[in-house]
Amino acid sequence: MRLLELDGVDAHYGQLQALFGVGLAVDEGETVAMIGANGAGKTTLLHIIAGALRPSGGTVTFAGSPLAGVRADRRVGMGIALVPEGRRLFPSLTVEENLLVGAHRRRRGTWNLARVFDLLPLLGPLRHRRAAYLSGGEQQAAAIGRALMANPRLLLLDEVSLGLAPVVVKQLYAALPGIAAEGTTLIVVEQDIGQALAVARQVTCLLEGRVSLRGRPGELTHDRITTAYFGM
Amino acid sequence: MTRVDDGAASAVGTPTVDAPSPGAWRIARWTPESRVGALAGVAGLWVLVTLPDWGTSSNMATIVEIMALLAMAQMWNLLAGFAGLVSIGQQAFIGIGAYSLLVLADDHGIDPFVAVWLAGLVAAVLSVPIGVLAFRLRGGYFAIGTWVIAQVVFLMVTNNTALGGGNGRSLLSLGDYDRLTREDYTFYTALVVGAGAVAIVVMILRSRLGLALRAIRDDEAGARGAGVDVYRARLAAWVIAGGWTGLAGGLIYLQRLNVQPTSAFSVQWTAFMIFIVVIGGLGSTTGPIIGTLVFWVLRDQLTGLGEWYLIVLGSIAVVMAVLAPKGICGLLNRIHPFQLFPVQRRLRQRRRVRGEVSAQ
Amino acid sequence: MEWVNAVVQGILLGGVFALFATGLSLAFGIMRLANLAHGTLALLAAFIAYSIVDATGVNPLVALLAVVPIMFVVGYVLERGLLNFTLGSDPLPAILVTFGLAIVIENLLLERYSADARGLDAGSIESASIRVTDDIAIGWFPLMTLAVAVGVLGLLYLLFARTRAGRAFRAISDDRATGRLMGIDDRHYYALAMGIALATVAIAGVFLGIRTTFSPADGNAQLLFGFEAVIIGGLGSLWGTLAGGIVLGVAQTVGAEIEPGWSVLTGHLVFLAVLALRPNGLLGKAAPT
Repeated sequence: MRLLELDGVDAHYGQLQALFGVGLAVDEGETVAMIGANGAGKTTLLHIIAGALRPSGGTVTFAGSPLAGVRADRRVGMGIALVPEGRRLFPSLTVEENLLVGAHRRRRGTWNLARVFDLLPLLGPLRHRRAAYLSGGEQQAAAIGRALMANPRLLLLDEVSLGLAPVVVKQLYAALPGIAAEGTTLIVVEQDIGQALAVARQVTCLLEGRVSLRGRPGELTHDRITTAYFGM
Repeated sequence: MTRVDDGAASAVGTPTVDAPSPGAWRIARWTPESRVGALAGVAGLWVLVTLPDWGTSSNMATIVEIMALLAMAQMWNLLAGFAGLVSIGQQAFIGIGAYSLLVLADDHGIDPFVAVWLAGLVAAVLSVPIGVLAFRLRGGYFAIGTWVIAQVVFLMVTNNTALGGGNGRSLLSLGDYDRLTREDYTFYTALVVGAGAVAIVVMILRSRLGLALRAIRDDEAGARGAGVDVYRARLAAWVIAGGWTGLAGGLIYLQRLNVQPTSAFSVQWTAFMIFIVVIGGLGSTTGPIIGTLVFWVLRDQLTGLGEWYLIVLGSIAVVMAVLAPKGICGLLNRIHPFQLFPVQRRLRQRRRVRGEVSAQ
Repeated sequence: MEWVNAVVQGILLGGVFALFATGLSLAFGIMRLANLAHGTLALLAAFIAYSIVDATGVNPLVALLAVVPIMFVVGYVLERGLLNFTLGSDPLPAILVTFGLAIVIENLLLERYSADARGLDAGSIESASIRVTDDIAIGWFPLMTLAVAVGVLGLLYLLFARTRAGRAFRAISDDRATGRLMGIDDRHYYALAMGIALATVAIAGVFLGIRTTFSPADGNAQLLFGFEAVIIGGLGSLWGTLAGGIVLGVAQTVGAEIEPGWSVLTGHLVFLAVLALRPNGLLGKAAPT
């Protein structure tokens, strides 16, 4: 079933246009990767889906209903959860409290504190620690857990690997199949092309706000990806 | 790759223009509107200067109050609109100015029309410790903090019997002048205070301090990164504003003659300043002028209504703060951008067309 | 011995200030809003209580049962309908609007009730006291005020630490935009926070009205005292508000002991000293930004 559909989406930051007529189609249960260089518009696209930014043109449809005018907090209730770029945990709250806030507007589902700690065991011993005192990798795990607590149908992950050691990134990505197995749809935004291609069934590449490449990982050659990524 | 616009691109059909060379740019400050504004200002001042010859005492008294309010509003605008300092305690300086005038003129025998200027100086000096204390707070709490400090000054004065305690004192040394001369001198002082306030603000904005302040207002961290000493710039604005507000305070009581602490230190002064600036337009040099006129007309129309006058004022200020934060000037600007005083810098290109040199 | 009594009375007076300061501290902590109308709103509550008492003859403490919900609703509507639109990175609009609001409310009260001083009569509890020694008497009502202040702060602490709403408040206080992305309706929670703040202000206002006479123009003084209590105690700390209130109360009563007209001034000077020497306050977590 088609879960998310973007059609001709434009986005502006004031006078600056960041997205030009972007289209995207994601089926339920899929894991989709979005790659591209810095400033290509990947985070902007996720923000449009999550409701943090209003598109200046085009339509966004989720599970058949248009998302125009629906505030970000209500979208969580509809099943869209975001793991923001830079984690953005609430620094004065503990790990456990951050997770509970993720459940503030939860849908019915199987994710709860216990299961999150199962999926991401490194969080267990940290549950009462203030988020401000976590390392980058620990924060990222907590941010993913926080988003899961809402029992999302669509999980948006923005640059999970940013600023983290490769070992940590591997551990985090190891958790994603477990999430996808529940039937959750994933959109993974990444600069680390290797990890993105490893988990995704569909890849879209953005270049300066436009879609430059779309396809399945197996079908795309290294050269085509490089061209689409760097625009050469 | 995005194309770099070097100004050399030309549409089909226009004559070719050379790429800009070093002498091809100049900074223009005057606009057509500001030329008109300057002429109008000079004309207006001329009319006012001659007022004692053809106007009544009551006219002159009105102008004195208007000039004092204009000066106060310009200074509040300098602080809030350009330095990012929202003070609810400017009445401290009004009171300091009034009482300094009293002490210098009556107790130390200085001519009141000289003392009023010294009172402004006293206010400027005292604004330094007040500012240093208040600057430890920011935003809304800074605002309340300045209010508290004003209250402290008020209480210290009220508890001081030499200054007349709670009942205040009268400015007796003005009795040395006959009424007409006194009114004339007060009037001329008022003109200098009012026009001077506008001139000072315009000069500051044209100076490096003005650039620094506007940079701070737009992006404090960025300004700091660019090497601006934020603290000193703010303090400089604070001292200038405090001093001139003190001067305006002295001027008010030069006319009212009787200095009473509850009135001199009343927060209502600041309320008026805020109202004028909000209505006229925050962060613009013409705003306070328009605002003062609007305020005066409103006050005239509403005097019979008692408390309702303040309720109306307050409500208008609230509505405008939400809906039209740039005041009347902002609204006018949206219709047609204008700049009455030559404070903004514009980059203008000199175009060389087929060997001709013309400045635009 | 009068000094000990002065300190004791000061501690009790601190309860009043703490009650006032709580709402101010709440609004600032969650929304970064310095509500300049805070004092006037307390007077509004006192006058609402006055009218209820006037009409029905009940004890003002009973009238509280109505005044608190009324003020809660006033706070919710005020925030949702007006103040939410002034909040942002620039503190100016909020300052202007709350200041204007203070003027409007104060003058509306003057218009309706005149400047005459009124009082709320709570009956015998007002004058009853416990005699500890010859010089020291602890009034039942001031003691009650302090107890209520502590109780309110305790309830708020539990709200913030243990409940879903409390976590939501703390989350949007940390990061409003991300809170929204996690499903928190920040407009609603801001309005709730203001509602709670004004509910505490209602209690503070009514207790003030019982303790002394009041008139519409008193709002500003109360605002300043509440603000001083918050700064002395330190921003970002609920219990700091209590500590700040008590320090201010003691400063005022001891000041009065030195010289009868000096109580308020001494309080102000202590505030300035704290501001000069220890701007973070006694228990503060953050600089007063």
